[in-house]
Amino acid sequence: MSAAPQKAKAGAEKIAVTVSAVVPLNDLVTRFEFKRTDGAEFPPFSAGAHTVVEMQDGDRTRLNPYSLMSDPADRSIYAISVRRDDQGRGGSLFMHQKVKVGDAMTLTYPVNLFSLDLRAKKHVFFAGGIGITPFKAMIAQLEQSNGNWELHYACRTPALGTYADELTNAYPNKVHVYYDDQNQVIPLEDLLDGQPLGTHVYVCGPTGMIDWVHATAAAHGWPSENVHSEEFLAPQPGKPFEVRLCQSDITIQVGEHESLLEAMERCGVDAPFLCRGGACGQCETDVVEAEGDFVHRDHWLDDEDHASGKKIMPCVSRFVGKTLVLDR
Amino acid sequence: MTIQFNNETFRDDYSFRNSDWAIKRFPFPFHEDSYMYSVNMEQHRGGPEGSVYEKRFDVDEHYLSEMQDRAIVLAEDPLRCQSLPHMTLAGWDTLELIMVSKSEDYPELFELHRDGNRWRWVNKPMKIDHTFTFLDETTLPCGPLEYITRQTQGDFAVLDQRDEMLWMDAGMVTTQADWSLDFDIGMNFFEWHAPVPLAHEMGIFKRALKFLLNVQQGAPARRLNWTMTVNPLLDTSPENYHKWGIQKTTLTPENIGAKQHLRVELQTFFRLPRSNALLFPIRCYLIAFQDIVTVPKWGRRLHRVVRDLPEELATYKGFIANRPVMLDYLSQYDDGLPTSPGVWPDLETEPPLAK
Repeated sequence: MSAAPQKAKAGAEKIAVTVSAVVPLNDLVTRFEFKRTDGAEFPPFSAGAHTVVEMQDGDRTRLNPYSLMSDPADRSIYAISVRRDDQGRGGSLFMHQKVKVGDAMTLTYPVNLFSLDLRAKKHVFFAGGIGITPFKAMIAQLEQSNGNWELHYACRTPALGTYADELTNAYPNKVHVYYDDQNQVIPLEDLLDGQPLGTHVYVCGPTGMIDWVHATAAAHGWPSENVHSEEFLAPQPGKPFEVRLCQSDITIQVGEHESLLEAMERCGVDAPFLCRGGACGQCETDVVEAEGDFVHRDHWLDDEDHASGKKIMPCVSRFVGKTLVLDR
Repeated sequence: MTIQFNNETFRDDYSFRNSDWAIKRFPFPFHEDSYMYSVNMEQHRGGPEGSVYEKRFDVDEHYLSEMQDRAIVLAEDPLRCQSLPHMTLAGWDTLELIMVSKSEDYPELFELHRDGNRWRWVNKPMKIDHTFTFLDETTLPCGPLEYITRQTQGDFAVLDQRDEMLWMDAGMVTTQADWSLDFDIGMNFFEWHAPVPLAHEMGIFKRALKFLLNVQQGAPARRLNWTMTVNPLLDTSPENYHKWGIQKTTLTPENIGAKQHLRVELQTFFRLPRSNALLFPIRCYLIAFQDIVTVPKWGRRLHRVVRDLPEELATYKGFIANRPVMLDYLSQYDDGLPTSPGVWPDLETEPPLAK
């Protein structure tokens, strides 16, 4: 048609924000609240959505996805809760150490890869650690629509139980907290047994917990469409490698501590992306030629795609070998 | 500009007419002299001033008459508007998107005053001034989707997104090109597109689905689709095929210019923020052949497109039997001169008909 053709930019639309509150919650987790710099209201969002936070760390632009955990009905703020990862790539440390009230930052519009199934007769949430964040928004949304839900939340210790007391006090009959240091374990098999027909379960937490819930639910005969999970992977460091981008007609070096996607962006290539955590599929890239081994880490491609050597997700996956040529 | 609303019908005496203004802004769908399927998506962020692409929801001279026609269809067949129980939130999303967009884009026609969840909606052309509570269905005379789409031109499919798939779980469909919401309700994207020829083999729907699943909040998209309709009928539904199908046999060389219409759908796609559903408005624009050929470039091009269209497509679009009489008519307006690229009429730069 071409009424007014405009090339879509990579990533979701952006919103200029000002940090309005920095609230340490415990030794590891801090909440950051944002207001729109233009004073307007934020767009409404659906619980389970994330935003990508743009951090200007010296010369380096960091883009990290975080679940929106504020009440979706409150359009005056967006809030995220960030767990400090001392061994990580530095995004969470930047948030904890550098970001102050009054700072100007950029968020993307909400993108939801972990939405509630609104057909569900009941929603059962399993959270591990910082995986509590999307459920904060889901609980707020369901409370406003009289939804039927319960939460099972595993934390290391009471001191590190982010929002555990707040949630328990607000919903004593719906929230169940399990502390590792007291040897408490989510009784998953019992909980999956006897749920009413039409129940959906949602899990957010460490990889092991997500796999455990999926495997146990499958073994108990749950349809896979009734079991939802979200896990954002952080790109892992690895040996530097060289990539030829044939559309852009350049050869780039991927450093030890940056992802392939970040290296492309550093070299001025406008590569598509949304979640930057191996989940959304937006950055999927065709491999033209490869001599070496892929280190696939995404949740998007299936085993067959991974084995084929024809596709790579540059946000989290790497390459070890002599030659890699991508159609980008 | 102030829009003068027509008083016209899309049935019985077919008094529907396009003004000169409406002809010049018609969304002519062919950017070159031939047509084949493509996932011809672009961003829906405005367009040239006065064009149908400029506003999020275009309002034109046919507004009031189209809303009257919708009311007639719904009175005869209430199943043209349906919403499965889990889609109520998406209905509120739709109401919010349209009320906010129209009040911002057409402040002289529509007003929205919000005080928390207490909303006052003023639709001046339809003489509606209504205060209600957002997210409380009991304060509206019908469901939120039905309420707002009785006041908005175009059909609306509301697609739930689950398991990497889109599902036709709600809609308002009274101006459709021969498909049925009542038949398609609850179907997934591949199921409701099953009748379309060639496109499946071409991989069109796989690519289209992937694109649509990734339409994000704040970044709506659009494309055009088209077919042919004899008489300016909005309601060409399967439910009423016995009424309108027969009319295709009434074309003659004498009446074709007035009776045969090109039917163009401006399809837009919006991610709905609260429900994460996808809103798919399908806005129908009709134009008589005798009006198209007043634009020399469009007359030349339409002849070439209709002449060269693959037989499967002419059959699917329902005009294979009438193609010879259409070509006889249109060939009078094709002098063989080249046409300029793009969809615009280019009235100042394209030569007049040279025969």
